[in-house]
Amino acid sequence: MTLEKLIFYVLAAVVIMAATMVVTRRNPVHSALFLILAFFASSGIWLLAEAEFLAIVLVLVYVGAVMVLFLFVLMMLDIDLAVLRAGFIKLLPLGIIMAIAMAAELILVVGPENFGIDKYAAPARHAADYSNTEEIGSVLYTVYMYPFEIAAVILLVAIIAAIGLTMRKRSDTKYLDPATQVVVKRKDRVRMVSMDAERG
Amino acid sequence: MIALSDYLILGAILFAISVAGIFINRKNVIILLMCVELMLLAVNMNFIAFSHFLGDTAGQVFVFFILTVAAAEAAIGLAILVVLFRSKRSINVEDMDVLKG
Repeated sequence: MTLEKLIFYVLAAVVIMAATMVVTRRNPVHSALFLILAFFASSGIWLLAEAEFLAIVLVLVYVGAVMVLFLFVLMMLDIDLAVLRAGFIKLLPLGIIMAIAMAAELILVVGPENFGIDKYAAPARHAADYSNTEEIGSVLYTVYMYPFEIAAVILLVAIIAAIGLTMRKRSDTKYLDPATQVVVKRKDRVRMVSMDAERG
Repeated sequence: MIALSDYLILGAILFAISVAGIFINRKNVIILLMCVELMLLAVNMNFIAFSHFLGDTAGQVFVFFILTVAAAEAAIGLAILVVLFRSKRSINVEDMDVLKG
């Protein structure tokens, strides 16, 4: 067994262990942290498959942004765990049986007899000065220009949707509108009265 | 050398685990969202493996777009979750029965 293969199997074991923990942990915060571990280990596997750019993007975007968002929401909400866990034990055997059946069927299809090393030979390693980022960039900004722009629009829609959904008007805050403040005239605020002088 | 089937089997196991996770955690919306992220990770793993073994960058470009859409999905999903929690004080799927479906 080569070192490369050993690293792959260790990382794959970490991914599978972390994924199992994500779906079985009682505390959702632990689930989120194990999901981060799964993403880290997967990014290592992607590095082995020479997808360096995406491995870094997975860590930056997923661990750095999406999972932080998950943890943020998890800690903001006051969740009653006992109610959410009800029925977990009852469904567990069914879930395990279904997972095993599904994994077995998928492995029968994608197993070594169809996609083994003798069917698909491992490609030669790129030279040390090969840049995966350059390779992706050169097709992303030419062949996939329109999908790239659509992806940008999707992100914009997501930003607007997230802000629009979570923004709310609160009536109990003492908020002053600066626009109405600056247009105030003297006569709106000061009333001049002429009164007679007081006498003895 | 690592065979293509190794990557594919890892993706298949990951996918099966996340489907089981959706089954057994069907009341907790936030775990459901995490299981969807795991599923997308399994799919991305297959894309990267095929891209590596067939020498085609298209697979990696697809993973890039899947990551974009997944980020948007997570942002909107969590926003809906926050709004839901604000109005119902719960994220239990069984409390969401106003449509009586």
